[in-house]
Amino acid sequence: MADPTTAMPASTQPRQRRRLVRDLKAMPGFTATAWLCIVTLYLPILVLIAFSFNENRSVVLWTGFSLDWYAKALENDGIRNAAWVSVKIALFATVISTIAATMAALATTRTKAFAGQGLVYGIINQPLMIPEIVTAIATLSLFALVKKVTGLTGIGYLMLAHAAFCIPFAYMPIRARLETMTLTLEQAAADLYAPPLKVFTLVTLPLLGPGIVAGAMLAFVVSLDDVIITLMIAGPGETTLPIYILGAIRRGITPEINAVSTILVAVSVLLVMLLFLVQRRMQR
Amino acid sequence: MSGREPQTALAAAIEQNRRNERVTRAWLLAPALTIILAISILPLGITVVYSFLTPGTYGGVTWEFSTDSYVQFLFQRDIFDDSLVFNSAYVSIFLRSIGLALGATLGALILGFPTAYFIATKPREQRNIWLFLITLPFWTNLLIRTYAMLLIIRDEGIINIMLMKAGIISSPLTILYTDTAVFIGLIYSFLPFMVLPIYASLEKLDFSLVEAGYDLYANRLKVLFHVIVPLAKPGIVAGCILVFIPGLGAYITPELLGGGKKLMIGNMIAMQFGASRNWPFGSAAALILMALVILVLLANALAARRGASNNG
Repeated sequence: MADPTTAMPASTQPRQRRRLVRDLKAMPGFTATAWLCIVTLYLPILVLIAFSFNENRSVVLWTGFSLDWYAKALENDGIRNAAWVSVKIALFATVISTIAATMAALATTRTKAFAGQGLVYGIINQPLMIPEIVTAIATLSLFALVKKVTGLTGIGYLMLAHAAFCIPFAYMPIRARLETMTLTLEQAAADLYAPPLKVFTLVTLPLLGPGIVAGAMLAFVVSLDDVIITLMIAGPGETTLPIYILGAIRRGITPEINAVSTILVAVSVLLVMLLFLVQRRMQR
Repeated sequence: MSGREPQTALAAAIEQNRRNERVTRAWLLAPALTIILAISILPLGITVVYSFLTPGTYGGVTWEFSTDSYVQFLFQRDIFDDSLVFNSAYVSIFLRSIGLALGATLGALILGFPTAYFIATKPREQRNIWLFLITLPFWTNLLIRTYAMLLIIRDEGIINIMLMKAGIISSPLTILYTDTAVFIGLIYSFLPFMVLPIYASLEKLDFSLVEAGYDLYANRLKVLFHVIVPLAKPGIVAGCILVFIPGLGAYITPELLGGGKKLMIGNMIAMQFGASRNWPFGSAAALILMALVILVLLANALAARRGASNNG
């Protein structure tokens, strides 16, 4: 006689269901894991930054705030030279890779689909798909051969190598921007008898601007941070900042390294934050 | 008769237009393709050639054909009778690297999946902040991040100090220069690569399916493993590949956290071009590493194709 559904107090069933629906998306422990991820990703860097301001020589005990290590680092000739080399290479690589990537992005989005498009994408993204150490030793082998044949030496090799691996990073945001841009404005300009070059400089380029800026910033950051390829092919006197830092770490930990590292991290973070803002403007 | 001429003129104009487009495209693609072909792809060809040459005395190569590099990978010549004896040194470095990369992939998955899910279930504005926080470390220098990790896991690092102050341990745990350190370092380095693709596939997740699961009396675990995980599979696979491949070729992490004692493939290759001065062997090892990477990518492509044909 007693139907199990009516035997149950009528009010509990909907309430139970509502409770389930309310945290439909919740999974126990997932929030904690997410926070653990953030702590894991940020704690080491924050400790490094904190100790770069430590007054004491120790990288263990906090004794007080000081900017001494920054002053020491900025006075250090080795660090200053390395910073200059890094900036020179990064600027060259950024200009070359951004121009090449912009042109390639126009070719792959602003013309009709073509045979071999997949191959072109493959080639452009190739530096991303191969382990960096392989690219590094392969490039070293090529450059050693070229140096032997031509006798040419200099920082040009390093600049070219950086330009090559920066292309896919510059290409991604530029292509993404072009894909979201409609052709309407360019067509309107062409309909009003603007010659192709004018359409490009007065319509396409200004619209594409944020994409190009984003691409250039990524290229700059990637070049500035490179270690492995630079380590393998840099000749004497071509020490970049990361290579200098690696050498200094091998010699022993000093607060000066913490200060230089903090500066390098700050530059990357600032550029990426700027990029984030540029991209948010692009979305609007 | 009179109607045909304009037609052919039109066809010619279209043909001309098409040809112009091809020419423009070729010019636009030329710089990027030339740079990458010359600086990134041509060198791979040179590496193949080098791997079949004889090492030069002071580094570089001597132009004499030899398969020694590949033989050396597996065997050692006996000094007395010149016979080949199996040598496990290099194979074991490869196996160690594969093991560490697989372990790091699993670790990153265990940490990364819940994080990606957590982010995907947040309101839109909060999601952007979380994604930014996950992406930011990727753009900061890997060397400096690894060095920062070294600072905190050292014997006198902040982790040991805190654990000792809390009275959990009495003497510092030795983590640095062990496999554990390399394992932690790899997870730390490549964790963002796991979170982002999983997030991308979870973001599109239709939660009415989750609700349906609960309506059919599935508990949380069942919904997670029978509804959410299968739907997020493409992202999980992509994340695993993106962590495994750079993990396998890692150089900085084992160099700093393994202390140069716990070698991985990347360090072994770099050594051949440095102190060991055996460029052909280094080239061969690099090609074997690349073959492994291509194998992983091929297996993935095949699995994806089979999955697609099953569904279709």
